[in-house]
Amino acid sequence: MSKRVYVGIDIGSSRTKVAVVDAERQILGHAVRKSGTDFSATAAACLDDSLAMAGAARDEIANAVSTGYGRANVAFVARENRTEIGCLANWGRHCFPEAITIIDIGGQDNKIVKLDASGRRTGFKMNRKCAAGTGAFLEEMSLRLDIPLEAMNDLARQSLEMVKLGSYCTVFSATEVLENIRHGKKVTDIVKGIFYSVVKRVLEMDSPTERVVMTGGVVAHNPYIVEMTGEMIGRTVLVPEHPQIAGALGAAYYALEEKGESDG
Amino acid sequence: MAEEKKTARKKIQAGDLMNRIMADYFYGLNEAATTGKRKVAWCTSVGPAELLRTMGFAVHFPENHGAMLGATRMSTDLIPEANAIGYSPDICSYLTADIGSYIKGITPLSKAYKGIESVPKPDVLVYNTNQCRDVQDWFAWYSRKLGVPSIGVTSPKNVNDVTDAHIDDVARQIEALVPALEEISGSKLDMERLRETVSLSRECTELWKKVLETATAAPAPLTFFDGTIHMGPAVVLRGTPEAIDYYKVLLAELEQRIRDGVGAVDEEEARIYWEGMPVWGRLRQHSELFATLKANVIASTYCSSWIFPAFDGRDPFRSMAKAYLELFIVRSDAYKERYIREMLAKFRIDGIIYHDAKTCPYNSNSRYGMPQRLEAATGIPGLVISGDLNDLRCVSDEQTKTNVEAFIEQIAEGR
Ligand code: SF4
Repeated sequence: MSKRVYVGIDIGSSRTKVAVVDAERQILGHAVRKSGTDFSATAAACLDDSLAMAGAARDEIANAVSTGYGRANVAFVARENRTEIGCLANWGRHCFPEAITIIDIGGQDNKIVKLDASGRRTGFKMNRKCAAGTGAFLEEMSLRLDIPLEAMNDLARQSLEMVKLGSYCTVFSATEVLENIRHGKKVTDIVKGIFYSVVKRVLEMDSPTERVVMTGGVVAHNPYIVEMTGEMIGRTVLVPEHPQIAGALGAAYYALEEKGESDG
Repeated sequence: MAEEKKTARKKIQAGDLMNRIMADYFYGLNEAATTGKRKVAWCTSVGPAELLRTMGFAVHFPENHGAMLGATRMSTDLIPEANAIGYSPDICSYLTADIGSYIKGITPLSKAYKGIESVPKPDVLVYNTNQCRDVQDWFAWYSRKLGVPSIGVTSPKNVNDVTDAHIDDVARQIEALVPALEEISGSKLDMERLRETVSLSRECTELWKKVLETATAAPAPLTFFDGTIHMGPAVVLRGTPEAIDYYKVLLAELEQRIRDGVGAVDEEEARIYWEGMPVWGRLRQHSELFATLKANVIASTYCSSWIFPAFDGRDPFRSMAKAYLELFIVRSDAYKERYIREMLAKFRIDGIIYHDAKTCPYNSNSRYGMPQRLEAATGIPGLVISGDLNDLRCVSDEQTKTNVEAFIEQIAEGR
């Protein structure tokens, strides 16, 4: 008997994520690629990667839902589409049986989604039209400091005295960073300040509920951000096994639910 | 959410009549300015237009011109012209667009109305700061540039209850304008005519209220986006019989729609309240966005701001003062919240969208915790979108779209 799999495709402005699940919501396959300029080609490649991982073929897809910035570009596979905020909420309501705040930090935008104990979405926020607190800010800073993104977490952990960056604006922050270098501040302290600035920008978007869950590409690649957020809000922050594909999973769950084949 | 399909809002037939009325108005203004047959006054949107009209002035409303610059998307190229001479990109983008258009010598009026070459040159500029300080600075620029007087009313702000003291103050200021206006117009104020004009304004605003209240029906026969267009006569022809005649026609059409069960948006599911200014350069896109989501923006503070229940021909000066003071924009947050709560109940609203317009803090009511307070008090969810009335450099279409879609999705899930 052939498999029946459910696919969620999340085309973000910086990365495309695909998740493949079975009728029990078990993750069978997943993949992430740079979105690039040809969204539908990227989505197709990402889909093939995750189907290969799942050991499934395209004709075994029972249903697919697309989400994210480029979701309209994948009509070839997904007829239905949902917003990335709706998908994050759908993922959250299946994974957590309590009121939660999901903080998603992505390449170009941040989202905060709140769910009540029954899983109902009570509100959401997206960052305003600027890069403050997003992955784009970290990328710009890594470029300015000439430090690879991957190295930044360890550097920040070594910091003893953080340098605080005061500005919202990426360009102003870059100038502040240069000024601090001129004044002989340690790179480790500056890098910690850069992470601090990201977390500050995100936390000032809304006030989180007791239980906080973090997702998104920036969270996946920068565990330090989670530690810092936990310190700043004074409680442990939960992170799923695959933080970057939370939205894609939420879309896959929708694919399953829409087929009426969900087990609950 | 089903596959996206293009759904436009349904065309209002009375629109053609309105276009003719508006054309007559602009040609009349142009004639006054080019022949000198009548003096021209520029007036802020809720300035003493009744007085000016009574004294024979042809009245031009620069904010209306600002909105035209926005709706034609000319504004984004013109704003930088004003920025370059020292008017910040952070201040009113009606002001910067309008001054930019003067500097460049272009206007949407000449595109829309053959034969009109420019905005009518003023003989006097008359403001009321009830809405904001920017209007005074705006008129001050023209006053220096064109050598014409700028006079007006300095209004109280953040008013909770409009008291006699407030009304005395503003009524006296309006009366004090009369000698200067008599000198410029060359004729004496006729009190009997002022009474008539104020009564006509009252009648116009009552009809406009009825027009907007047709949207209490479900499905609503009109949208906020229709409202922003069809309020034209209420804005520029307040105090004239033409405006009254127009709203009778429009009202009849909308009432017929209600009898026929016709909504402005097909299969209306979500009923939305819009708090703040429209994004003039995105009216069509926004209207399509909501229609596609089976949501109708049916009521707004903005369109309702041209309802003035206080106008009373028996007491023209004081009732004008009261009308200009009772305006939403002049009021305290406590009053504004009461007002919005009443609107939410009256129109059976499912969600509020607050437009935080970068360059107009006065019409952006989401900055002092109001969305949170109203949501806590009513349980009706709110969404704040960042944008601007005229400066499309401050507008992110993708962000707006995602926000609105996610909001309508949230409302649907909450049912
Ligand atoms: S109220 Fe706002 S949009 Fe209107 S003139 Fe003042 S600043 Fe400009």
